[in-house]
Amino acid sequence: MRRTVPVLAATAGALVLLANFHTTTGVSGVAAPNPTGSPAAAPPSRVAAAAGGTGSPPTSTTAARTIDGPVAHTPYGDVKVRITLKASRITDVQAVELPFDRSKSRRISAEAGPKLRSEALTAQSARIDAVSGASYTSDGYTKSLQGAIDAAGR
Amino acid sequence: MRRVEHLWGTAITLDVRCAVPPDLGDDVFAWFRRVEDLFSTWRPDSEVSRLGHGELSLAEVSPEVRAVLELCEEVRADSGGAFDIRFAADPRVARRDGSGPIDPSGLVKGWALQRAAELLRGIGIADFCINAGGDVITAGHPEPAQPWRIGIQHPWQRDKLAAVVAVTDLGVATSGRCERGDHVVDPRTGRPAIGLQSVTVIADDLALADGYATAALVLGDDGLAWLDAHPAVAAMTIADDSTVTLTDRFCEFRVL
Repeated sequence: MRRTVPVLAATAGALVLLANFHTTTGVSGVAAPNPTGSPAAAPPSRVAAAAGGTGSPPTSTTAARTIDGPVAHTPYGDVKVRITLKASRITDVQAVELPFDRSKSRRISAEAGPKLRSEALTAQSARIDAVSGASYTSDGYTKSLQGAIDAAGR
Repeated sequence: MRRVEHLWGTAITLDVRCAVPPDLGDDVFAWFRRVEDLFSTWRPDSEVSRLGHGELSLAEVSPEVRAVLELCEEVRADSGGAFDIRFAADPRVARRDGSGPIDPSGLVKGWALQRAAELLRGIGIADFCINAGGDVITAGHPEPAQPWRIGIQHPWQRDKLAAVVAVTDLGVATSGRCERGDHVVDPRTGRPAIGLQSVTVIADDLALADGYATAALVLGDDGLAWLDAHPAVAAMTIADDSTVTLTDRFCEFRVL
């Protein structure tokens, strides 16, 4: 089940780790893994910006290095993250140990932030037939996405 | 055909994508009106109100009411009392002592839609989607070979979605705290449920999905693990701190 979710979880873990960067250990010279290519993964630049975005721009001649971060504790287990840097900029984030690797919580995956995506989907960008949500009142319906779908579908 | 009516204090959308007999919409909404007659907690003449006030005995109520009460009891026992129709947020509806008024509305919508879907399938209607206030049941396909794409409401942004799932012949129920305020109370403590903003459950049976979503919202931090222990259920929760968590089965349905 390693689709976009682990990557998002890893990104979140990285943000946690970046806040405690002085505590990181285990710097190694491992070559940078290829970016995952997952469209849902936060671009590296965004991670860097979120972390303060310090450091010079990446150059192709700079060797990459990876840092294994400390373990971040989440309600669903511990997340360990490996960050790849080039010239002090993060080029990749990978989760190396995720809660669902453990049998007890194998079927639960923590996502993104693990926060709700700030770039929330709009109904326009996602063709949908209906909306599931907390009960709206009859009045609330007129302002709801379901109300808009019904109006458009008539 | 598409038809919307305001019932149960919300709006119900019937969306059928195949040929339909002329009276189909009337028949479906007649059933929904009967559900209101039986289960409304606001109308003193509903069977549920009269049962709660001792004006009817359990032996005197309709088989539909008994069926729902049995299902509610099943979910109550399963959830360790997190779902309990003998206690509801609205003090006009229920008392804490376990006697008196009852409020099965945490499950009735899903049950009523499930019954409607069985009715439709029984007369050969294959492709439809019914949405009652955010509880959705799907059958067949909106277009040939296409699954129904159901948006999951973003809990804070009315015009946004938190996810999209692709389903067919399944129910999708979402319980949340945001739309009507802190109206979900933990029956075990009498205090507002905390921890989760929104719980979405996908299951074959929308009645159970509805009840499970309500129970998980009350269970809060323990809600998703509880849902995950049910193999027939896929679930997504959005926590108070905006953490989104999915079960693996939910990942299989999620397309955005």
